[in-house]
Amino acid sequence: MKIRATQAILECLLEQGVDTIFGYPGGTILNVYDELYRYQDKLRHILTAHEQGAAHAADGYARSTGKVGVCFATSGPGATNLTTGIATAYMDSSPVVFITCNVGEKVLGKDAFQEVDITGIASPITKATYLVRDPNDIPDIIREAFAVAAMGRPGPVLIDFLKNVTALDVMVDYEYLPKTEHPFHGRLAKLKKRSGWDLKTPEPNADDVDQLVRMIGASQKPFLICGGGVVRSRAHREFLEFAQRMDAPVAITAMGGGGFPGGHPLTTGMLGMHGSRPSNIACDTCDLLIAVGCRFSDRVATVPETFAHQAKIVHIDIDRAEIDKNVQTDHHIVGDAKRVLQLLNARISQADHTEWKQFVFSHRAPPAQGTGLLTPCDIIGTIRNTAPGDSIVVTDVGQHQMWSIQYFHFDYPGQLITSGGFGTMGFGLGAAIGAKMGNPGKVVLHMTGDGCFRMNGQELATVSHYDIPIITVIFNNHTLGMVHQWQNLLYGGRFSQTDLNFAPDFVKLAEAYGIRGRRVTTRAEMEGAMHDALSCGHACVIECIIDTDETVRPMVSAGKPLTDFLLD
Amino acid sequence: MKQTISVLVENQAGVLNRITGLFSRRAFNIESLAVGVTDDKSVSRITIIVDSGNNVVEQVEKQLNKLVDVIKVRTLEEKNLIGRELIIIKVSATTKTRQDISNLCQIMGARIDDITSTSMTLELSDTPDRVDLFESLLRPFSILEVARTGVIAVQKGSGKI
Repeated sequence: MKIRATQAILECLLEQGVDTIFGYPGGTILNVYDELYRYQDKLRHILTAHEQGAAHAADGYARSTGKVGVCFATSGPGATNLTTGIATAYMDSSPVVFITCNVGEKVLGKDAFQEVDITGIASPITKATYLVRDPNDIPDIIREAFAVAAMGRPGPVLIDFLKNVTALDVMVDYEYLPKTEHPFHGRLAKLKKRSGWDLKTPEPNADDVDQLVRMIGASQKPFLICGGGVVRSRAHREFLEFAQRMDAPVAITAMGGGGFPGGHPLTTGMLGMHGSRPSNIACDTCDLLIAVGCRFSDRVATVPETFAHQAKIVHIDIDRAEIDKNVQTDHHIVGDAKRVLQLLNARISQADHTEWKQFVFSHRAPPAQGTGLLTPCDIIGTIRNTAPGDSIVVTDVGQHQMWSIQYFHFDYPGQLITSGGFGTMGFGLGAAIGAKMGNPGKVVLHMTGDGCFRMNGQELATVSHYDIPIITVIFNNHTLGMVHQWQNLLYGGRFSQTDLNFAPDFVKLAEAYGIRGRRVTTRAEMEGAMHDALSCGHACVIECIIDTDETVRPMVSAGKPLTDFLLD
Repeated sequence: MKQTISVLVENQAGVLNRITGLFSRRAFNIESLAVGVTDDKSVSRITIIVDSGNNVVEQVEKQLNKLVDVIKVRTLEEKNLIGRELIIIKVSATTKTRQDISNLCQIMGARIDDITSTSMTLELSDTPDRVDLFESLLRPFSILEVARTGVIAVQKGSGKI
């Protein structure tokens, strides 16, 4: 069947089950947007205020739904505006297909208007990039791109179409092919044959599993880490069963939030730089550490050489390149977390580590004493008391991010959406838009700081235009909190360029976008604001005034051992 | 320690950029790199020589294996490979020195490609060590210009990567 090239692009998206696209039009991508006009009833397009917002929205959509996100942008600045969003998705293994258009073949490489080598720029921050010069390649390349984004360890992919490829008089052969058939046709079939690339993740090695079963049997003080891989693999049920059988304490990394129930009696909370005492002490004293889908980042393994130095370290990961990258392990199993855990659960029996658990949990900190001022703990406590327990929490980056991860409880994959690896300030609002579009039935809470909010706050225009009921909670401490904390503790209180006391009036700003805003300074006001926000059915911005010197506790300095607490 | 990595890749624009990017992001210098098409026109072989610890090479090898355009990667063992490099070298030559240079070429198995009243251009394909030796022997005659290809290598025996 001969159809327009642009039609083929959109048909290929429909093949993949895409229903929502986030993006921003421009000169070179005009043809695709023209086609989109005809596909309005099949493909919903969310126009953001800035391409970066669209990139984060597609990312948030992907993280919260487990599907592949899709984002459109034009050439040049449109494409480069995506890059922070692409890198954010790459670091946190989020599957997003970014589609950009470039200038036409005739002027390619001649510094044409809005021309940039985006496939070159995006190459280190994507799993693959494709420059499409022949319209006949469209179906094949889009099918491959989606497969690559989703398979194995997921991640972003970028397709750059030359403008002449999308010209409205270009016709291509297109036959509908169901998604399940894709691996057997065209480039994907060739890829499989030639490189032995398999779209299915290889089965875990049985001997490796046997050995781990033996190691588990020999361990008296086992400790588990639930990483982002558990979330990406949607292996939360298997992990829960595994942890309960092991009867072992479980630390949850920032990316692992939602992989293991946050309120479970076995959980020790976060691990690492802002990890809880029980987590960090358990990690230091355990005799067997099993890390599932975690990459031992420098925020977790602050000193790789002495990390879990009394333990046999076992790494379960889908990505072979992660094994022995940051921390030298004693044993590893390469495979999908879900599959590996299923195999392990079938083999291990119920253990009892009461004494070890008592030791670990004896280090729990006593509850903080109220000071009368509105504290981050109060704010999140109030939200938890008022919002449904399955609300999706999207954070920006910094102190409020750590508080959110510490004080909320996440019970299912996709409930916490946070920029863990790249630490992208300004990630939250875009990602919250994506999460809400993907989960219209759930309450979406956007937790942010005054610094982060100002970075991509213009997306309130998107929120307002599409009437997306997101509750934005700004922790306003009038400073770049996390940097302020470091300056206070490690730089002799020299607060270089972190004072944000010249912020706009966030309530008025929200109102300017047609969104209701509230400023709260007490717990009671916060409770009222939350009730209003939840019942009004529209977006709402709640600005919480907190003390400038609020700190994230505990804290271990970068490059110091996990038990070397700078702050308790 | 010098290591030879042989990579088979799809013969496409941008692939080389991606591969060298894996080295450069680790601030890691490539000693030599040679690319050429194989018997299959759609496949290129890249031979990379790096000087570094085992860990780094292992890490880069794993990362290379993840790239869609990479078909196969193998680190070749030093004692188990046939590695050759081509050098083209231009030296000053007068009637006095011409004979000496010519003798050197004969001993080393090099060819004389071009000759003028003041210069000679020589060519040698050999192991990197012998290419180094040839270059150092010619240094006293005053080298005008040198071009080296970097090593290409395959493993010994009937096996292939």
